[in-house]
Amino acid sequence: MNNIESIKDDIISEFSLFEDWMQKYEHIIELGKSIPIIELKFKVDENIIKGCQSKVWLHAELKEKKVFFSADSDAIITKGIIAILIRVFSNQEPKKILESDTKFIDQIGLKEHLSPTRANGLVSMVKQIKMYALVFNIQIN
Amino acid sequence: MNYNYFNVKKVREDFPILSRKVNGKPIVYFDNAATSQTPTKVIDVISNYYLKYNANIHRGVHFLSQEATEAYENSRRIIKNHFNSKGTNEVIFTSGATHGINIVSSGYSKFLNKNDELLVSNMEHHSNIVPWQMLCESSGAKLRVIPMSSNGELIMDKFDELLSSKTKLVFLNHVSNVLGTINPIEEIIKRAHSVGAKVLIDGAQASPHIKTDLQFLDVDYYVTSAHKMCGPTGVGMLYGKKDLLNNLPPFQGGGEMISEVTFDKTTYADLPHKFEAGTPNISGVIAFGAAIDYLNSIGFDNISKYENELLYYGEQAIKKIDGIQIYGESSNKTPVISFNINGIHPYDIGSILDKMGIAVRTGHHCAQPIMDFYKIPGTVRASFSFYNTMEEIDLLIKGLKKAKMMLQ
Repeated sequence: MNNIESIKDDIISEFSLFEDWMQKYEHIIELGKSIPIIELKFKVDENIIKGCQSKVWLHAELKEKKVFFSADSDAIITKGIIAILIRVFSNQEPKKILESDTKFIDQIGLKEHLSPTRANGLVSMVKQIKMYALVFNIQIN
Repeated sequence: MNYNYFNVKKVREDFPILSRKVNGKPIVYFDNAATSQTPTKVIDVISNYYLKYNANIHRGVHFLSQEATEAYENSRRIIKNHFNSKGTNEVIFTSGATHGINIVSSGYSKFLNKNDELLVSNMEHHSNIVPWQMLCESSGAKLRVIPMSSNGELIMDKFDELLSSKTKLVFLNHVSNVLGTINPIEEIIKRAHSVGAKVLIDGAQASPHIKTDLQFLDVDYYVTSAHKMCGPTGVGMLYGKKDLLNNLPPFQGGGEMISEVTFDKTTYADLPHKFEAGTPNISGVIAFGAAIDYLNSIGFDNISKYENELLYYGEQAIKKIDGIQIYGESSNKTPVISFNINGIHPYDIGSILDKMGIAVRTGHHCAQPIMDFYKIPGTVRASFSFYNTMEEIDLLIKGLKKAKMMLQ
């Protein structure tokens, strides 16, 4: 299954296995290691997402009408969080990305990262992902 | 721990917030350099104002207005006495240290030209850099930087080299918010005065720890914020020597700051009202005075003695962690420890500590030039106050070890 909602469900059930915050964070750290790493040529200042205390580089490209994301961060937890987002939103049609919400972040117990003032800028990451989707959606249609 | 000069357990009872739990753990609050906690006595003063005598101050003929005015002006007397300014009219209430700096920097634009120079230190908070850069843009004056050494102290020889008859203003912090370094401001003020330059000191990080004598220092301008001193947010002080403040143009126009208004011309009120346009933060100002009274009831000698013990204990313990790098190793410091652990982003450490109920600050702490100096993205900063304990430091060390294990 590769649709956004079922991936979210997978992640939610995955996180429900953890009993405390420590296991949860260890899992996030682990997920960060599986991130599709951004190519060096795209790891440039203009691909840095503003609003994060740590640096996050995000790149997107369109292949066969689907958006593929790659990223990196200099902070491990941030890298894990963007890896989760990429797992959900990468390899999806732009329209589907635009229609999708981020309630699952709350459901996996990372609500504190959704606050707009939170320094890791999860909100900024989601915004940037949606911006890419918006642009690609216009290109396709 | 119970010292014969200081009973921290009893002091902690003054701060209701310290009994809160965060993420299921009793809070360990080590973000005091960002803002300090507020004792019940100060909270009561704020609520008492709204419960009993909320009214606009000055010129009100009715009872409540007079009571509020008296409390407001009494706060000015408390602050005058605490900082030992010459007169109460040299104490201007502001919204905080940043506001105070902006009053002075904006006023100076009419005194400067392109041949003038301003000296700033390398270890400033952005609030003591940006207003002066704006002033340099509008006046053509040049900004020169007093460099610092790797242990986080200003290089005084370089300061002497930079100082000249062109220097019109020197501005720096009394204490660095990142490094905790207590700068030798007495010496800096003397040397600056010898070439005719004026000095503004940002005392925001010093005021919670050090009792400052403005007349003894002979400083020209001094700013601070109440919320660093167990007072409320949104209120602070600008001190200026009377003659200097009289010459400085007003920052904002409005009510309260006038003597007479016609459509042809307005004459300004005398000090301090000239700089206090509009309805001020009345309850905040009154609570600022109460916060200073509170700190003095604890006693600044006790505060610094106990905080030095916390700092020593904390530094010794943190240094034992493998791969730790401490920034700011001056022998003359307030209880601030800025550090990184090899190869771990400060943000990651802060996030893990937060889950354990430990509040520290991470990032560049609004002092990017210091980060550029050390070539780092940021630091973790644990800043202590007299209501913190050695046991809390033990929890921090435990938390750091756990974070290190998880993140490395």
